[in-house]
Parts: sequence; structure tokens; C-alpha cells
Amino acid sequence: MTPETLFYAIGMPIIGVFLGLVYKGIDRRVSARMTSRIGPPIRQPFWDVGKLLLKETVVPENAVRWIFNAMPILAFASSMTLLLYIPFGILKAPLEGYGDLVVILYLLTLQALAMAIGGFASGSPFSSVGAQREMVLMMSYEMPFAIVITGFALIYKSFSLSTIASTPVWSIVGPLGGLGVLLLLIAFLWVTPAELAKLPFDIAEAETEIAEGMLAEYSGRNLALFYLSDAVRGFAMIAIEVVLFFPFTLSYLFGLNLSGAALYIAEGLWFLFKVLVLYILAVTLVRTSFARFRIEQASRIFWVYVNIIALLGLLLIWAEVM
Amino acid sequence: MAKTTYYVPIGPIHPALKEPIRVEAEVEGEKIVKVDVKRGFAHRGIEYMGMKRNAIQTLYLSERICGICSISHPYAFVIGSEKALGIEAPPRAQYIRTIIAELERIHSHILWLGVIAHEIGFDPLLFWTWKGREKVLDILEAITGNRINYSMYMIGGVRRDLKESHIKALRDMITYYWEFTEHMKEVFLSDPVYKARTRGVAQLSKEMALKFNVVGPTARAAGLRMDIRQDIPYDAYADMDIKAVVPQDIVGEARGDAYDITMVRLYEIEQSLDIIEFCLDNLPEGKILAIPNYVALLNKIKKTEGEAIGAHEAPRGEVIHYFKYDGKRDGPAVWKVIAPSYNNINSWAPLLLGAEVADIPVVVAYIDPCMCCNDRVAVVKDSSGRILDYSYLHKKAVEKTRKLEKELGVRK
Repeated sequence: MTPETLFYAIGMPIIGVFLGLVYKGIDRRVSARMTSRIGPPIRQPFWDVGKLLLKETVVPENAVRWIFNAMPILAFASSMTLLLYIPFGILKAPLEGYGDLVVILYLLTLQALAMAIGGFASGSPFSSVGAQREMVLMMSYEMPFAIVITGFALIYKSFSLSTIASTPVWSIVGPLGGLGVLLLLIAFLWVTPAELAKLPFDIAEAETEIAEGMLAEYSGRNLALFYLSDAVRGFAMIAIEVVLFFPFTLSYLFGLNLSGAALYIAEGLWFLFKVLVLYILAVTLVRTSFARFRIEQASRIFWVYVNIIALLGLLLIWAEVM
Repeated sequence: MAKTTYYVPIGPIHPALKEPIRVEAEVEGEKIVKVDVKRGFAHRGIEYMGMKRNAIQTLYLSERICGICSISHPYAFVIGSEKALGIEAPPRAQYIRTIIAELERIHSHILWLGVIAHEIGFDPLLFWTWKGREKVLDILEAITGNRINYSMYMIGGVRRDLKESHIKALRDMITYYWEFTEHMKEVFLSDPVYKARTRGVAQLSKEMALKFNVVGPTARAAGLRMDIRQDIPYDAYADMDIKAVVPQDIVGEARGDAYDITMVRLYEIEQSLDIIEFCLDNLPEGKILAIPNYVALLNKIKKTEGEAIGAHEAPRGEVIHYFKYDGKRDGPAVWKVIAPSYNNINSWAPLLLGAEVADIPVVVAYIDPCMCCNDRVAVVKDSSGRILDYSYLHKKAVEKTRKLEKELGVRK
């Protein structure tokens, strides 16, 4: 075991959890300000997690106990692994050599799947309905997501995220391909709230309909793990989006000539800033301006409209690359 | 593949319900195949309490029947009471009463708009509408001294007069709400997502509305032209020409779904603004209480024998109070309250049948249910299905007291 592995094994979860919770706090605050409320302090998500960790973990009587308890750990583990695949600005991703975009797609799916299985295992009717909805939703949004990844693979002739991150996509495509990438970006922005289970696609957790759905029976430590994995997933998803579509570094944009630690710090902060802006635009703004869709409406949106947009983008890219 | 059904218990405590009621639904995937609505979780025995008190105490008690419309029940109460006693409120008091009732309709309707937005997951709209609602609550506080439970009405008039400053504030408020309603109409009626979630949901046809005996905005959205203010005008309503707001007058046809109810409620806010404006323009001078001395009033009640029905069109529908004064005591001998939600909840079961789970909150919310208005009688059955009546429960209570006394050694 090298010192680096040890650092990543311990450091990344801590950084990831910290960033995820901070972004969640900012999201809540901004959303509150948008609806003329004051909102909680930014450190509120930390307190929430701390309180959940202190509380008793209740397992329902008719739940499948081991699946019920294992799923939060699986969700948390997959979100932590996900972090190891994301290059922070010019900082290389720890696991860059061992996987690519397809692995990221599966890791993102794994979390949603863990939540759905946990919901089924809890034996509550609300959770079952929520898990069914999550499965339907997953079947709907995975297709456009996969098309976006295929589009990038067509451009770069590679699935590797570090190859994609090293050169901005906009600089290597022509006008036709640029339009295609733009369409892919629109499709990806549609997928984001569904992937993160945020409004208007938080159908599986709909509070007023099925009482938080899959999470209805979770409490204490289990709920804290789901909460953390949700926070980290929010950060990771937007970070992937930034890496794919907005990989412009400070030195690329303004030609800054920094070196050593200053470069890494400046680029790291710039990356976090980009993620924050996109987080507010793609998650906070969307979830404060939409009502929840019904499940069949959401499916139709993804299967018909978002798929058409994504396929059109893919077609344009293919036309240019060929 | 064998079809499996889930049993989804909604209530008595559920995030979609702010008050206790139970909807037992059997779902197949997302579709509801069997449904049962059970009520009776908030029975407080208010009618019984009222019959033990004098009329003025009962008037205040009637204000506590509903948690939101604090004026609908007292309004029906004073109208019925005045009819039974044969006294009439002075014209100025009648106009003030009408103004307060319409102010309440505005705040109740805006509240409902926020609630329906919350039920479909549109929380920012909830915050925005409720922020707009503060204005009318401020006015109500300025006039009556309270935001909710105004204690404004009295048998034979009102307890507080309208001052010049109030009239000016009311006129400002009317301008504010004309603008606000315009904006709300834009947001609710032209938002595609709102339309997608409410069009065709909770669709009540005219025949169904008549069959289930629904009242208020629910009936009007289904196209029934019924409104107590139009049909049996009282107080200041008799001086103006009020027409029930029905969707066919606005858009040509009535579909009776949640979208139409939103429309009816939005246009009723505008109607209320018109009514308040009329009342302010024609506000008569004079006293505000027919019998200012409460002791004299109670004495009169003690000597009067008579019965009457008082009806008021509350924001949710018609509120009807039946009274009987027996000439022996200073309170009602019989007091029977009929609240609108009781009729409206009848329409839940047929609407929920065949609906989706996602539509449950909309179906539940579209009538603006008020459970605490609702529960009039509690029927208790023992394990063999026998209904336990008053004498049986009393006998049991006496037996238990005797047993306890024996155990404690206090029984002689």
C-alpha cells in the first residue's frame, strides 16, 4: 500500500463529504432566498447528519434485515468510489487508469439501485411504490445519459475521462459538432435532476404523495448514510458535467502563468467555483421553478423529448466525425 | 404474470394531510383499484358543549369549529340566531360583517392556492402565495385585533366599528390584490406543469356533483350555479347583484377538474374585491349593535322561544346552522352545524377509484378539506360490532369508578 493510496482512501471521503454537504447547504440557502425566505445556515446539513448519527436506527419488523441495512452502505460506498473518478481541475483523478465514463454511469446507477432495493426490502407500501417509481425513472433517464456518453466517445475515440478533461470538447469540434455537443448538454441538464432525485423528478421520494417513498422507513445511521451519499452524488454529478462540458482551466482562459502549489490551489478553487455555479443553475434554479411531474409524464419527457434531443446531438456529431 | 396489489394506508397521519382522516387505498402499480375513506378522528363534541353554554359563549365556541375560516361558522350562527330571536342587525353592522366575510374568502382562497401548489411539489409557489396573503391578514388584524379567530361578530351586529383609517387601508388592499390576482392567474392558469398536473385530475361531472351533493367552489367548478349569496341573499349581499362564478362563464365549458377549481377560486377572489369595494362605497352610518347590553341580550334569549336556520356561503361552501331556543335557558336548546367539507368529502372515493397514487394529494386537496369542521358524530363499536351508546358507556364509567374506589379504599 503506497502512501498515495492511503491518502486517497482517507482523504477523498472526507473532502467529498465536506464538499457535498457544503454544496447542499448553499443550495438550500439559495433556494430559500429565491422564495423570499431566509433559509438555514450553510452548516445546517452537517448538523442534520450529526443528529441522524446520534439517533436510534429502527429496522421495521417485516423488513429483510440484512438487505435493509446493507443498502445504505452500498450507496455510500459507490458514491465515494465515484469521487475517485473525477479530476478536480488539473488535479488528476486517483483512479483514472482503472475505468472510464461507463464505470461512472454504473456507479451513479448503483446508488439509485441501492435506494430502490432498500425501499423494496423495507416492506413498507410507501417504499415499495417509491422503489417502483425509481425503477421506472431509471429506465427512462439512463438512455439519454448513455447517448451523451456515446457522443463523447465518438468525438474523442475514447471513454476515458482524463483524456476528455485534458482538451475542451468545444475546441476540437466544428460548428456542426458544436451544435451536437450543445444538444447533448441540454439532454444532460435534463437528466441531472432525475439522477439526483430533485424536483421536478423527485417522483420516487414525493413527500406529499408517498411520504418520502424509499426513505420512509429509514432512520438514524442508515438515513445518515443515504443523506451523505445523496450529498456527494449531487457534487459528483455536477463535477462530471463540468469536466465534460466546461473543462476550461484558468490558464487556458486567461493564460495565467502560475506554477507549483499556487497553480493547483487556483485551479482547484476555479473548479469548485464552476461546480457551484452549475449546481445553482442546474439544480437549485430548476427545483425552485418546477412542480413535480407524474411518473408517466416524466417517462414520456425522457423517452420522447430528451431522447430526441440527445439522438439529434449524436447524429450531428456522427455526421462531423465521419 | 399474477397481478399483485399493495395496500397503501394514507392517514390518519400523512404528509399530504394536514388533519386526520384515513384513506385506505389498494394500489396495483400506480393505479388505485379499491378505496375507502374513513373519518371521525377529530371529533370534539362542540355541539354538545354549545348546548351547555349561553348563546354568547357558544358564539365564540362556534368560531373554534374551523381552524381557518374563523368567520364562516359565527356568521351562520348570528344569522340563525337573529332569525330565531327576531332581531335585526343595524345596516352598518351588516355591511361590516360582509366585508369581514369577503376578506376571509380572499385569505382562504389564497391559502388553498398555496396548498395545492405544495401538494404537486411546487413549494416556491406556496411561499409566494402565502407571502401575498399576509396583506389581507394584516388588514384583518388591524380591523379586528386578531389574525385568526377574530371575535368580531355578535348576535345583532358586530363588536368593532370600521374607522376611516381602516377604510383607507382596505382601498389600498383592493388595488394591491387586483394586481396580485392578475399575476396569480398568469402563474396558475398558464403554467404548463401546473396544467399537466391538474387537468383531468379530480374530474367531477355535473351529474356526479349533484349525486354526491357537493357544495361551494367544488360544485361551481362542476358547472352548478349555486351560491348562498346568490340564492338566499343575506346582509349586504341582498343589496347587490351577485352571480355564482362558474367556469362556463369564464372559458365556455366546465370540466370540473382541479384546474377548473383553481380558476373558480381565482375569479372568486376578484369577485370578493368587487363586493368589498361596493360595501365601502355604500357603507351606511349608524350604530353597530342592535342590543349593546349583553345582559339584556341574554335575558331576551332566555325569554324567546323559536327556531331558525342560518346559512352562509363560506369559502369552502355553504355552512348551515340550525337553532332552537326553548325559552327556558340563555343558550340554544338544539344546535346543529352542517359544514361544507362533510358534503364534499363524499366525492373522494369515486374520484380516487382508478386514479394514480400521484393524484391522491390533488384529489384530497381540491375540495379544501377541513376535518375539524367535519366530525359531528363518533360511533363506537365493541368487538362484536354492537354500537356503544351513551347509557352503556355511562354504566361502564360508573362501574369503573366504583372498582377504583374499592381498590383505593375510599368507598364506604
